[in-house]
This record gives sequence, C-alpha cells and structure tokens, in this order.
Amino acid sequence: MRHSNPTPDEIRALIDAELHREGPLLPILHAIQHAYDHVPEMALPLIAEALNLTRAEVHGVMSFYHDFRKAPAGRHVVKICRAEACQSMGANALSQAVLDKLGLDWGGTTADGSVTVEPVYCLGLCACAPAAMVDGKLIGRADAARLAAELEGAA
Amino acid sequence: MKIWVPMDSAAKALGSDEVAEAIRIEAEKRGVEVELVRNGTRGMIWLEPLVEVETPEGRMAFGPMSPADVPALFEETHPKALGLTEELDWMKRQTRLTFARCGVTDPLSLAEYEANGGLAGLRRALDMSGEQIVDEVKLSGLRGRGGAGFPTGIKWDTVRMAHADRKYIVCNADEGDSGTFADRMIIEGDPFCLIEGMAIAGIGCGAVQGYVYLRSEYPDAIAVLTRAIEIAREVGVLGDSVLGSGKTFDMEVRTGAGAYVCGEETSLLNSLEGKRGVVRAKPPLPALEGAFGKPTVVNNVISLATVPVIFEKGAEHYAHFGLGRSKGTIPLQIAGNVRHGGLFETAFGMSLGQIVEDLGGGTASGRAVKAVQVGGPLGAYLSPDQFDTPFGYEEFDGQGALIGHAGLVVFDDTADMLGMARFAMEFCAVESCGKCTPCRIGAVRGVETLDRIAAGDAAAIPLLTDLCETMKDGSLCALGGFTPYPVMSALRLFPEEFGAVKEAAE
Repeated sequence: MRHSNPTPDEIRALIDAELHREGPLLPILHAIQHAYDHVPEMALPLIAEALNLTRAEVHGVMSFYHDFRKAPAGRHVVKICRAEACQSMGANALSQAVLDKLGLDWGGTTADGSVTVEPVYCLGLCACAPAAMVDGKLIGRADAARLAAELEGAA
Repeated sequence: MKIWVPMDSAAKALGSDEVAEAIRIEAEKRGVEVELVRNGTRGMIWLEPLVEVETPEGRMAFGPMSPADVPALFEETHPKALGLTEELDWMKRQTRLTFARCGVTDPLSLAEYEANGGLAGLRRALDMSGEQIVDEVKLSGLRGRGGAGFPTGIKWDTVRMAHADRKYIVCNADEGDSGTFADRMIIEGDPFCLIEGMAIAGIGCGAVQGYVYLRSEYPDAIAVLTRAIEIAREVGVLGDSVLGSGKTFDMEVRTGAGAYVCGEETSLLNSLEGKRGVVRAKPPLPALEGAFGKPTVVNNVISLATVPVIFEKGAEHYAHFGLGRSKGTIPLQIAGNVRHGGLFETAFGMSLGQIVEDLGGGTASGRAVKAVQVGGPLGAYLSPDQFDTPFGYEEFDGQGALIGHAGLVVFDDTADMLGMARFAMEFCAVESCGKCTPCRIGAVRGVETLDRIAAGDAAAIPLLTDLCETMKDGSLCALGGFTPYPVMSALRLFPEEFGAVKEAAE
C-alpha cells in the first residue's frame, strides 16, 4: 500500500516535476493526490513557497475542487453517478441501497476503512445507465448486487 | 482472422475487456491466429460489447457479446450475429462526418488515421493563409457545438486579428452534462481528429500552444489522448515544424478536478491558470484576453474535431447539410431510459419525436415517455406534445429550450418531475462557483422553495417563478442562468406535480 505520510522532500520533488508547466498548480495537486491518495496539509506551504502564492490561495484552490481530499479515502472507492440520465434508470434507489447497506452518507468511509462512497456527476456512460466506478473500474447498467460483487472481488 | 473489440469506456463498462480476453484464450485454445484490434465504439451502446469480425464481404457485427458467446465466433453460425456493421439500420441512416472514423480504426494508429482521410485537412490548411483558413471555417457555417452555438469562424477571426506575442487554442473537454458523451467517445475513438483540428486552429489563428482541458471523470480519454499527442509529436504532426511546414504547434492535456462549472469557458481558463474555477465577467472576451491574459480560442471538442473534415472535403460540402442557420451535422447522444441508446450523427432537422421513438425505440422500461431533457442539466424538459420540434438551434429556442451539446435524456412515466426540478437546483447549489449572488444564494433558496411546494404550499410557486426570473436575468454564466430552464419547464409541463392545478381550481 502507498504510504500516506510523505516527507517535505518527497513533496518538493513532485512539485519540481511540474514547475515547467504554465499554470502548474492543478497538475501539482493532482500529482500529490495521485501519490498519496490525498493532499496533506503539510504540502500546502511547500506549494505556496514554490509558486510564490500565499497558503490561503493554495488552500482556496484546493478546496474549490471536489477531487482533492484532505485525508486518504478508504481502501476501495465506489463512485455512483447521481446525474439525470442515471436517475432516469434508477440511480437514486441504487445509491440509497448501497449507502444503507454500508451505513454511510455520501462521502463517508466505513469504520474499518475499507470502503468510501462518493457521488459523481456523470461518467459519460449515459446510454448504459446507471453508472458506477469501483476503484477505477467502470460499470454500466449497475445494480447493488453487481457493486457488492465488485467490492468483494477487489477486497 | 481479424477481430475488433471496442476499448471505449462504455463498452468496457459493459464488459468488453472480458470479451477481448475470452477471445485471446479461445483463439489460443483452437490454435487460430487472431489479430485483435481495440477500436472505438460505433456508438450503438445497446449492442455493446459489439465485436466485429473481418469477412470477405466486410466487417460482420456480433452483439451484445459476453465471454460465454465467444466460442461460437469461431463456428459457422452465431446466435448474436447482426450482419454487416455498415448495413445496420443505425449506421446506414447516419451522416458520419465528424465521427467517420470512430469505431472503424485503431484509435492510436496514425497510419490508419491517414488511410481514412486523416491529415488531408491539415495538409490543405498548411498551404493556406490564416485569413483563408478562418474564411473556410466561416463558410462552413460551423457553430460552437458546446451549446452556445456561436459561429466558430468569427471567434477564430477575433483571435487571428488580435496582436499579441502569444495566443492559445483551448479545447473545452469538460463534458460534464449528463446525457452527453460525444466528446469522450471521439477522444477515445479518434483522438488524432481532435489533434488535427486543434493544429488547424492554431495555424489559422497564429497560436503555437494548445491545451485540452479534460475532466478527471474520463480517465480512459485522458490516457488515450495523452498517448496520441506523444505519437503525433514523435512523427512531427505536432512540434516546431508541423508536417515539415516550418509552422509551430504543440499541445498538452490538462486534467480537471471535478468542478462542473469549469465547463464554462472563463471558469475553465481560471482553472487552467491554476486558480479557483470562478467565472470571469465578460468583457474582456477570452478571444482577446483569455488564457494567461492572451488571446485565446476556446472551442468545444466536437467543434474542433469537425474542423478536419471541413478542410478535407471543403466548407461547401459541410454546409450543404443541415437546416436554416444550423449547418452541418450534429452528433445526437440518446441516453437515459431509452431502448436504443447511443450516438447518432445526422444533419440538423430531425424531429425530436423521430429521435426518441424511431431511433431510440422508446423507453428501456417499455413504459410511456414522460419527458426528454435536452442539453444537459441546464436544458429544458420537453414533453411528447413537443415531439414535432425539428432539431436545430433556433427551433429549440422557439420552444423555450436549448439543444446544448445535443444530449437527450429520456424519462418514462415514473419520473418525479418535482424531484427532478429540485435536483436541478440542488446541483446548481453544489456546483455554483460562488461569484454571483443569483446563482450562489438563488440555488439554495430554490431547493428550499421546492421543498415548500413539495410539502403542499402552492403559494410558494409564484416565488419559485420569480426566483427563476432573477437567476435567469442576473447570473453571470449559464449555470445560474440556465438552471431555471429545467425547473420552469417541469413546472410548465407538469403543474399537477407541483400542486398548481389544485390552486387554480380554488
């Protein structure tokens, strides 16, 4: 498993790799999240220093976007589409069933840290709705049993 | 034996990877040599995974396939044989200009791209002046396919004429609208087409750098396009001397971060620059002060991916398709509760009813169609009473609706329209960038007001109408400005679900 407590030097290396780009802040945040499954608080002053921004500005950007997490997610991440096309095919009932079964609200992680359930607004699978994603694997015409089976297979 | 199995996300979501693996195993077991190509999708999503096998007559289609159906592919007959792909009704009835290669070629084979008309447009453009390039786009009548429908050539001309040391071509691939997947499909199925379109735009407008702002919800599209750009750079389609012309153009993929509002062009530009994706007031137009303060073309994926065919076949060829001021073709994306969902590229002008009933085959559930939302979460709901409306920018405007990115989401008669109206407001509240008050506060009040209506307070209906007027007139961008479309159309078409009929009777 990826370790989630990077050192300042590890973060600096990720920042430096993106500095050649125009507008590097989002690529930096993505690189850190990709490496550590979240953007740790300690990274913000390092980013601010490298880009000559204030910490508040970096925090403002990070918190604007749904993708960036302050803490790592569960070992498995289930994303269920909540958008209209999926709703027309029963996405509301599907997400309710999954959340109820795990005892979670949107964005929550099970107590044992195994599963996080997040909403997503459109995976572009609108012609085979409802759609979901389990650990990056796309599922069309999803139902609760299929999602449970994917999670079991991934565990 | 040559076999095609799509690697499009929708096909994968329906099991195409498993089918491809089963084909490898079965071929090995039988000692048959198989050339397995992972193509894009043909767009018939209800038939995915759609496997094609090369025959002397042409490519034969089989679907929807499961791993269990694979062994029979090597036998004489197959229960899921559909006939020649090109002869299928769905394929034959289309006018595939933008999507001509999608599903046909290996998306990452530049040789196949060229063999099927690719790069001919760019070669022609390289012999033209910037002014001639822009004139060709104007003549084609191409209008922005992202939804606003602004004439692409006029936008390009503004950037071309602007004086600056650096200009940009930015492709808006933040396709966040539910019911739309054309951008994803062409990027995954024919990425060189977008690259070629952007290169023509760059050379026409004098921009040397392009960015594709691609949403993070599309990891497959990001991977395919990133690889395609590398390939294009290796062979000199991109770089210091595009196809040896001495003209420079290069491009890069930038990944979004889950903010719907970044599909709005000024918010996208802020995000690209590394800022909060907050909407900018216009003017200045992005064409004059866009990315990093420089003149910038911001175009949708489909607009840019349509440019190569316009240059390959000529602007007049493109313009002779269509209806009135809606020239050319539009990739309809038929989605939601529909029997035959998928992408169908056709000239403007088909009626909404034809699209839903004839192409779509009615609902997947077999129940009656109640409403169709056209143009994403900010698009109006239309009822079967409006099914004779022709698909065109002005025609939909006349119905108080919009075509947006041409996604259609079908709902059957179990749909809860008050619930859908509430969802529209809730979505706007979640995704509002917070810059302007009508959107930031209005959407929250909209949810509350709809909850009052749901609780039986019909007196809140005029309040909702008034709030929607304020949002429409007072918001900076389409998020706050267009959220009233689904809300008000639901109220107008289904007043009984909002308790309005009871009030009128009293």
